[in-house]
Amino acid sequence: MNAAVLQPVEQALTQKIQVKDLNFYYGKFQALKNINLDIPDRKVTAFIGPSGCGKSTLLRTFNRMYALYPNQEAKGEILLDGENILGPGQDLNRLRAKVGMVFQKPTPFPMSIHDNIAFGVRLYESLSPREMDERVEWALRKAALWDEVKGKLRQSGTSLSGGQQQRLCIARAIAVRPEVLLLDEPASALDPISTGRIEELVHELKADYTIVIVTHNMQQAARVSDYTAYMYLGDLVEFGVTDEVFIKPKKKETEDYITGRFG
Amino acid sequence: MDLYTRRLLINRFNLVVSLFTMLFGLFWLGWILFTLFKAGLGGFSAKLFLEMTPPPGSDGGLLNAIMGSLSMGAAGTLLGTPVGIMAGIYLAEFGSRGWLAPVTRFISDILLSAPSIVVGLFIYEAYVVWVGHFSGWAGAFALALIVVPVVIRTTENMLRLVPDSLREAAAALGAPQWKVIVLVTVRAAKAGIITGILLAIARISGETAPLLFTALNNQFWTSNMNAPMANLPMVIFQFAMSPYEEWHKLAWAGALLITLSVLALNVFARVFFRNRTATY
Repeated sequence: MNAAVLQPVEQALTQKIQVKDLNFYYGKFQALKNINLDIPDRKVTAFIGPSGCGKSTLLRTFNRMYALYPNQEAKGEILLDGENILGPGQDLNRLRAKVGMVFQKPTPFPMSIHDNIAFGVRLYESLSPREMDERVEWALRKAALWDEVKGKLRQSGTSLSGGQQQRLCIARAIAVRPEVLLLDEPASALDPISTGRIEELVHELKADYTIVIVTHNMQQAARVSDYTAYMYLGDLVEFGVTDEVFIKPKKKETEDYITGRFG
Repeated sequence: MDLYTRRLLINRFNLVVSLFTMLFGLFWLGWILFTLFKAGLGGFSAKLFLEMTPPPGSDGGLLNAIMGSLSMGAAGTLLGTPVGIMAGIYLAEFGSRGWLAPVTRFISDILLSAPSIVVGLFIYEAYVVWVGHFSGWAGAFALALIVVPVVIRTTENMLRLVPDSLREAAAALGAPQWKVIVLVTVRAAKAGIITGILLAIARISGETAPLLFTALNNQFWTSNMNAPMANLPMVIFQFAMSPYEEWHKLAWAGALLITLSVLALNVFARVFFRNRTATY
């Protein structure tokens, strides 16, 4: 008998991302204040809060997107699988291979649908043309886009509709097989039907990925997420299981925001 | 008179005024083209493209000048374009920090508006004096110096039109910056950058001043870029100032030829650009 089998099943959630005393600055302006937060593995965590509360800023620290801009600075620790990604030794491109991101506005590259997806894969793997075709199909199927585009993979990615473009971007992000998927208001530029598709997709993807989603839409947060964080003016006001946050929030501010009395 | 009627009348008045100013500008342009066609079309024949510039009193063509203009224009474009594109990429993609980019942009803008004769004089001092004779290369260098700032300007502007979200999306996949630039941003701005190159070619094909002190002119056929080279603008200048009837005819034909090529380039650039901009 293997000793490991006898041990009790680990019930506690493993934490994928741990944020410790995070402060964030746009130049002199402090956008995040002492954020402490644990994001569980293979669950959907939603960030909600009014505009300017820092939810997108927090999301953009997880893949260090802010490092593209000279005036933006994060202080504190963000542990991804226990390793501090804010450390000076962190290779940004390796980090971003593990932590994928989808943006508010669809951002297809000016190339074919096939190449849009192959672009990211080629950065990390050298696949034969056939393997690449398989990967492209796999990613498009995962993103529930395959049936709509299978006959026109050589067409430009910009020729698709907004909702299709956004699913293309999701396919592109998962094609490189990340562990974490960051979604920055992925449905806010889409119509209700496309939004519904994206939400279904989030549901399916959480089996394999840790998903963090920023949203303005509280119903959306309630529908798709397991955990919810409410933020206000750079502070993390409340964080917990989504049902609890929405049904019996611990803080008055959260309740006011959720019931629409404020925000 | 109520406010709405007044606005309607002011609107009509302004529309009529702007229509007339448009017609005024178009009138002179039309006149120029008309004169050019009337005087130049007579000289258009197969001879123009098959024979050399003639001595006074006999007829001939412009082959050596066409050839010279084409080879110096091509060499100037090939030399100037890569420099311009790369500098444009630097300014647009790396130019947000430091002092080097603003200084480069300032110098490029000065170069863009500098009188072209200054460019010719500069190449004369820096190259012609050094090698000791006028040459096609010197002409090409002068033309390249005119191409560079034009291409820098258009490349930078076109790259700036590419939304930052596209750069972020590529970076978010873990692409290093050079791949983001080469595979995504430059690609997105390709049509605009090519248009800029075509406009730079159009700009140098009519330049006389920078060739005056560099390529000079040549009555005979030469494909040697190390020798003085005939070119259309200089031949037009020389022939138009002469007292000979045949030379006048050739000068007009040459002027028409340049105008038509520039027109064709511009139309091509416009059509090309129109078909490709709808991406974003």
